[in-house]
Amino acid sequence: MKFAVLQFPGSNCDQDCVHVLQNVLGHPTRLLWHKESVLGDVDAVLVPGGFSYGDYLRTGSIARFSPVMQAVKEFADQGGLVLGICNGFQILCEAGLLPGALIRNRSLQFRCEHVYLKVATQDSPFTQAIPEGKLLRIPIAHGEGNYFCDAATLEELEAKDQILFQYADRDGDVTDHANPNGSLKNIAGICNTARNVAGMMPHPERAAEPALNEDDGRLIFESLIAGLNPAPAPA
Amino acid sequence: MKAKVIITPKPEVLDPQGKTVQTALEHMGCTGVGEVRVGKYIEIEMDGDADTVKAKLSEYADKFLANPNIEDYRLKLED
Repeated sequence: MKFAVLQFPGSNCDQDCVHVLQNVLGHPTRLLWHKESVLGDVDAVLVPGGFSYGDYLRTGSIARFSPVMQAVKEFADQGGLVLGICNGFQILCEAGLLPGALIRNRSLQFRCEHVYLKVATQDSPFTQAIPEGKLLRIPIAHGEGNYFCDAATLEELEAKDQILFQYADRDGDVTDHANPNGSLKNIAGICNTARNVAGMMPHPERAAEPALNEDDGRLIFESLIAGLNPAPAPA
Repeated sequence: MKAKVIITPKPEVLDPQGKTVQTALEHMGCTGVGEVRVGKYIEIEMDGDADTVKAKLSEYADKFLANPNIEDYRLKLED
């Protein structure tokens, strides 16, 4: 499986994504500079975290107009898999590839800590390899991760099973106390209606190898890989 | 011509910055403070007559300067 990881001026989680995909999981991975207008031969695109274009105007608002994002839009329209992490999630919302927006954390603080994630659905290429009932422990690091959308959009997200991850406590209960940023319904990650584009604020690439004593994030990448390389049917 | 774009959070969007400024004003002894909303203000120098500038900026405010999911905007023109 071939991955592309986008790189904008101000991206800072791009190399972490490349490391996990290439060195930990063993899949060929290329960095794609924001000025590239062709993705080339890739199976999935990662839009990494960071502070693209200095977060000027609004987080992700400038990055969406870069040449590489036009190519990502075409790729997504054709069913290609796209995962946005943190700033990548903000970019995908600004680009209209995902509904809603990420606004300032309700505490006004930059939150950098580990959270527990309830996996709200396994029915997506991003969550299908996660064992049922498994609670993920993954770090967050953001100032603008407060997911907001209007009431009609939220209703649609729920009706179409588009909520992938919700902030929960260590028992898996989705409570206001466990919500680090004020997101509606504790939303930490969603996908589009076609289920090929997803965004999440937590950083799975920072918790994806045993050397770090935590590898829950790896399950998200393994979900993607499992979807593209289905296990051979039993003889 | 100078165009002024005033961007504010939509009424239904939580504005923690506004809330914090409101509380700070009250702590400073400022009385009679109601709800505070913090937005953005952009000045743009632009050629063209008022109608053209307004039409052009509305288009770009809709797709770039403001995010319609969370923000409203107003345009003001000055010669």
